[in-house]
Amino acid sequence: MSVLSKLEETLACLKAGRVTLPYPAQSQTVPEKFRGRPIFDAAKCIGCGGCANNCPAREILVFDVCQEVRILKYLGRRCTYCGRCADVCPEKAITMSHEFENGTNTIGDLGQQLDLFMSTCQRCGRCFKPASALEELKMKGYRFDDLQNERWIYRSKAYLEGDAVADDIAIELD
Amino acid sequence: MLKNLCQKMFGRSLWVYHANSGGCNGCDIEVLNVLTPYYDVERFGIKLVGSPRHADVMLCQGPAMRSTAVALKRAYEAMPAPKLVFAIGSCACGGGIWFDSYSVMGPVEKIVPVNYYIPGCPPRPEAIIYGVAVALGLIDKKTSPVEFKQLEFPIPRYHPSDLRLEGDLVVYTRAEKV
Repeated sequence: MSVLSKLEETLACLKAGRVTLPYPAQSQTVPEKFRGRPIFDAAKCIGCGGCANNCPAREILVFDVCQEVRILKYLGRRCTYCGRCADVCPEKAITMSHEFENGTNTIGDLGQQLDLFMSTCQRCGRCFKPASALEELKMKGYRFDDLQNERWIYRSKAYLEGDAVADDIAIELD
Repeated sequence: MLKNLCQKMFGRSLWVYHANSGGCNGCDIEVLNVLTPYYDVERFGIKLVGSPRHADVMLCQGPAMRSTAVALKRAYEAMPAPKLVFAIGSCACGGGIWFDSYSVMGPVEKIVPVNYYIPGCPPRPEAIIYGVAVALGLIDKKTSPVEFKQLEFPIPRYHPSDLRLEGDLVVYTRAEKV
């Protein structure tokens, strides 16, 4: 009885054949809807910063050098490949590619950085309308992230460093 | 240089220790998937061992948590000298979605020195095999940093010097570009 069952098992094993995929020798195709590394198309990007505001891992940093130049930095290190940046992009500048073979020895290899010119007024060269301090608090796109330390800083322009928030009140401690 | 060193040091079978320091178990399952008959890595001599004292490579999954950082550090110190550390998944590479919460200290590189990074949430089993192959010097890595700089202003700036008098009309010569 036991011998028969062993034989049956052997037959079942032989029927299955070889299942091991020849992966490193042949490249493997991914399913159609697979979301790999997001690719930023700088020609289409208008620099609205919608991707940065919708990233759940908060890893797309926005830094406004001056009024006209904006740096958009994608770190790639804690990206969960959720595809929300690609969904929210109004110009379809972000595509989720099928790239998954991203193993590297330096984490900086995964980053992408775009330096973009922002649209300004044709006549005066400035942005359209200077927002009031209260409006700037609500402006989500205007950010000064720390690109060196890769930190996300949410701060309105009204509280720039070095500016005293309330300099008319001098508080003296003993 | 690291590649040459790896080829020299780890020319033969790699024994792998699998350390989860607070991940969601997704990457663990993908790592175990690599050992199944489909992506059989034992044909390359890679074997999962239970103790860091037997291991050459530590696969870190999950961010460095406040509660497990000491244990991770001790596991790293217990490994014998030529050792590699792989950070697998976006939690280990960069801290994951909750990188700034109280109990998460950040990526594992804050606790142990990481040699190779395999991003993904979770990475595909093929991606893990690819990362190991890159570490062993079998393949070159595919990724490189991308930097794009716009040199020219996309829209021409209005300037009075571009205005031209044509008969009675004042014509803006660069009007087509606007």
